[in-house]
Amino acid sequence: MTVRSGEDASGVRRAAIGVLPFVVALLFASVLVLLVGENPIEAFRLIIQGSLGSADKLSDTVMVWVPLTLAAAGLVVTFAAGLWNIGVEGQIVLGAIGASLIAREVSAPPYILIPLTLLFGALFGIAWALLAGVLKTKGKVNEIFGGLGLDFVASGVTLYLIIGPWARPGIASTSGTEPFPTAAWLPALGDTRFSPLAVGLTIVLVVVVWMLLRGTRYGLKLKAVGRNPQSAFLMGIPTNRYILGAFAICGALSGLAGAIQATGFHHKLVPSISGGYGFLGILVVLLAGFRAIWIAPIAAFFAVIAVGSITLTLRLDVDSALGAVITGILVLFALMASGLRSYRRRKRSLELPPDPEESTSTPTPARGGAS
Amino acid sequence: MEATLSTIIAAAAPLMFASLGETISEKSGVINLSLEGSLMLSALAGFAVAFSTNNTLAGFAAAAVVGATFALIVAFSSITLGLNQVAVGFVLAILGVALASFLGGSYTGRPGGEVAVPPLNIPLLADIPFVGPVLFQHNIVVYASLLVVIVAWVFMFRTRPGLVLQGIGERPEATHSRGIKVNRLRYTYTIVGGALVGIGGAAFTLDAKLGWSFQHTRNFGWIALAIVIFGGWHPLRVAAGVLLFGFLQWLALDLQNVFPDLTQVLPIMPFVLMIFALVLVNADWLREWADRHPRWGNLIRGDAPSAIGTQFSAE
Amino acid sequence: MSLELRDIHKHFGSVRANDGINLSVASGSLHGILGENGAGKSTLMKVLSGFYVADSGEISLDGEPVQLGSPDDAIRAGIGMLHQDPLVLLPMSVTDNFLLASPGSLRLDRKGTRAAISELRDRFGFTYDLDAPARTLTVGERQQVEITRLLWLGAKVLILDEPTTGISADQRYLLFATLRELAAEGMIVIFVSHKLEEVEEICENVTVMRRGRVVGEAEMPVPARELVTMMFGEPIDIANRSPVSLGDCALSLSGVTIEERLLSLRVPDLEVRAAEVIGVAGMEGSGQRAFLRGICGLTQVTSGTVSLAGNDVTRRSYRHHLDAGMHYLPAGRLEEGLVEGLTIAEHFILADRSRTGFLIDWDDADAEAKREIDEYSIKGTSLSPAEALSGGNQQRLLLAMLPDELDLLLMEHPTRGLDIESADWVWTQLLARREGGTAIIFASADLDELLRYSDRILVFFSGEVLAELQADATNVDEIGHLIGGRTAGTSVGGAG
Repeated sequence: MTVRSGEDASGVRRAAIGVLPFVVALLFASVLVLLVGENPIEAFRLIIQGSLGSADKLSDTVMVWVPLTLAAAGLVVTFAAGLWNIGVEGQIVLGAIGASLIAREVSAPPYILIPLTLLFGALFGIAWALLAGVLKTKGKVNEIFGGLGLDFVASGVTLYLIIGPWARPGIASTSGTEPFPTAAWLPALGDTRFSPLAVGLTIVLVVVVWMLLRGTRYGLKLKAVGRNPQSAFLMGIPTNRYILGAFAICGALSGLAGAIQATGFHHKLVPSISGGYGFLGILVVLLAGFRAIWIAPIAAFFAVIAVGSITLTLRLDVDSALGAVITGILVLFALMASGLRSYRRRKRSLELPPDPEESTSTPTPARGGAS
Repeated sequence: MEATLSTIIAAAAPLMFASLGETISEKSGVINLSLEGSLMLSALAGFAVAFSTNNTLAGFAAAAVVGATFALIVAFSSITLGLNQVAVGFVLAILGVALASFLGGSYTGRPGGEVAVPPLNIPLLADIPFVGPVLFQHNIVVYASLLVVIVAWVFMFRTRPGLVLQGIGERPEATHSRGIKVNRLRYTYTIVGGALVGIGGAAFTLDAKLGWSFQHTRNFGWIALAIVIFGGWHPLRVAAGVLLFGFLQWLALDLQNVFPDLTQVLPIMPFVLMIFALVLVNADWLREWADRHPRWGNLIRGDAPSAIGTQFSAE
Repeated sequence: MSLELRDIHKHFGSVRANDGINLSVASGSLHGILGENGAGKSTLMKVLSGFYVADSGEISLDGEPVQLGSPDDAIRAGIGMLHQDPLVLLPMSVTDNFLLASPGSLRLDRKGTRAAISELRDRFGFTYDLDAPARTLTVGERQQVEITRLLWLGAKVLILDEPTTGISADQRYLLFATLRELAAEGMIVIFVSHKLEEVEEICENVTVMRRGRVVGEAEMPVPARELVTMMFGEPIDIANRSPVSLGDCALSLSGVTIEERLLSLRVPDLEVRAAEVIGVAGMEGSGQRAFLRGICGLTQVTSGTVSLAGNDVTRRSYRHHLDAGMHYLPAGRLEEGLVEGLTIAEHFILADRSRTGFLIDWDDADAEAKREIDEYSIKGTSLSPAEALSGGNQQRLLLAMLPDELDLLLMEHPTRGLDIESADWVWTQLLARREGGTAIIFASADLDELLRYSDRILVFFSGEVLAELQADATNVDEIGHLIGGRTAGTSVGGAG
């Protein structure tokens, strides 16, 4: 608005501010690696090598990208509806349980069994997400806490199944169930885990989510509900139905993610089946600024870091949490950089209200009884 | 009975600090959602510093600094930069957990006997039957946790600055018009609250569950946040919520002997029950009942500070 | 003492809210600041009370320049401001509202304070309860609390911003008596209003503002015509009601009771005919909102029947009410009506409930939005987000979003905060709707507006309909008394 000629300079500055969080995150990680007495350059090299260095590793990375991207795509929808769907972890877990149920109990040829496992994964995810949705719409429980409660329940149920009814014969251990019959494994390339079906499905679903939010009445109504439920309701939009709809969509995608985790990665049900990809997915969406098109590349970067830092532990005396630290710092500083941008803009034209794009794009859920 | 109550009160100390700290912060209008991370990192910092300096007090101080730093980041991001408090808090929660597990490896399983907080019976009071063993045969950390509750309660409702604290979270523009520097105070209370959270972290590793492990404070940050809502942002009821949670935990532990099959599941139940208790406090019929019976209603219902989670700019 | 403002400038972005204001007020005087909504009065008063810091200019008290960088400075200089919406803390008791941020020791001396306040309170004949939570007080009582509090803090300059909106006639008399008394004691009282009659009634001097500038000063009395010319530049025509013959029954209520939180509202039987305009008067929180929301299904109707054009819609969903041909426009335009962050075009897509296609044709939507923007002369483009519009344009957008066919329109405060041009435009639209046969029920705190546009007026007091009046057989005085709960009016008996 202000001065046209300043555009180029500010463009450069904006790019600089965009890159800055990456630089800060890498510097911070380097300091941490130095702190434990290892060489940061070597650590970063090992992360890249450990995630992209061989066909095996690359396919592992892809199979981390798949659930992460699916969860993040689902979260874009719930965020659009103004919801902090912290229950996403539980939704992934339930998806894995649903898929495991089919994989263990149903014997059928793969072309029936595999779609069935994925379908049940999605359905279980939807059911779990709707539970959080009902807690919110009927019980007036803020979705953050309802979701957390359901996450705890989901992990409890998994543990119970693994050491109880689904325990391996003879040894009840928390290492997981017996592997599924191979007919239920997602078909993979060679002897890697790379599943073209999972990758294709993920790409299609991300595009669907992008379309949904960009060019459909349903998506627009979701956004209206997310930004101002009161106004949306008075316009005649059944807000609760849309909130449940958003939960269901996210539940379906996260459930699918869980099903793929179980049938395509672990080939069995393990206690930490979600891999933390639900919470990591929230970070992906925050970094993507709630825009669907950015999810896939950001999730790819996160997957590289996550897989790489696990192999890193095997070579250097560095904890695998380094990956989580890098992504956490990156998102924190990216948020702060965007805040800084709008802060400076506000300072420049002092009395204008905070930039609507930045201040309203993040949904602020009303807390507890305040709703 | 005595022993049980005493155990619950002693074990509740860390969560008491954390929940009260968060209550203070939220009362001023700032949600510090980072608790899961800041509690865990400060628990580690407290243990690590105490262990390497062989000074328990230094451990608590370090933990308070870590908690306050997280709170400062939340305050700066939301008050100065205008970012969404929930977003920043969530990222910090994840980051804190990651940092704690990255840095904590070498401290896992170290015995911390030398830096444990020593027991301290209060003369005379400790000898009162029943009350003595329950309340006055603990250590300074436990006493402090109870004192914090009383002080926070008296401060909020019986002192002049306490009224201002309520004011900045309730209607900042009205408080501003009375000549109060709203944002400066929000910074202050958020940081004070964060420091209390940090002390709560150290209370885990230096007292309640001596030694460091990744599992020690796991999920307690989230629980503290839920308890603040359950307690209706009122120090005494928040304290009651902490004790209720402590009781549920004790019960879960006790029941493991009864249902050995459920050993893995039972420890999760208190978290679940606590969160579903929120359903109850938000239930329409209960709220209506509270409206109709204000005397009793005020005991069970609590409204969030009106301006919670929002930004205030003087112009 | 005296107050002097020299060359005050205050800009918001490109908007010059105050553009070189000079003002001087002598002690012991009741000084009016007159101007329509948006003239810059409130900004000037916020500068004077330290809420805003002026971009440039000088303020002096008794010839001494004062720096007003914050409300704190203003309080210390003895300047106190009563905001239009009194800035009390609703959950706190009245006493705590006094104590909040008051000087003193750490400990709260509630008892001592209560005694001191009640003395001051009684002096002015105020009767609010010191122990009640402020939320239970009427707007008029909240004002009284604030005035007492400012005096208690030692204010020597008292600024009142539009203090008569939403208070009863009795409260108004008491307020004016108090202000006269304070002025007589040597205080400076600045009375800010957009209502000519009030300024004429109470002020000794008046400064008229328009578009951020002082356009005239006068010692009262001055012919009203002269003041109007100063306020608006040229005389303006207000949209007038042309006679319309009423149609069939649009809405009928029989035996309706509505419950909302602790309020239980009994509505007398009512028939509203097509093209009829019903005004709803009452102090804030007297049940008007519950009444409107009950009719359209947003608040529970516990007994009786609501029928719209002969169809029973009692206890049907809000959406059913919409489908049946009614619409509700709430008071909070941006809070309850529009969606921040969505564009004008997106609002029109959402508002058009007849189209249900899954995919949005953006070109089509853009064209539709442009057409509506033209027709309703909204200052904005199809891509402007709702929050970028001024209040008047937000109201235009809301009116443009209404369906073409409408049997009944329920509306809260149609013109609150709008400048005269926008307000007039809103009523031109509403009257056109009425000529098309739409029945309108609107709530307003502006008694003139109620009298000017209504056929009948319902007066609410404390959760009850106290009276139903024919608009052409009543007057401001009578309604003013009724909204304060006094049925034995001092005016001519026009009540039906």
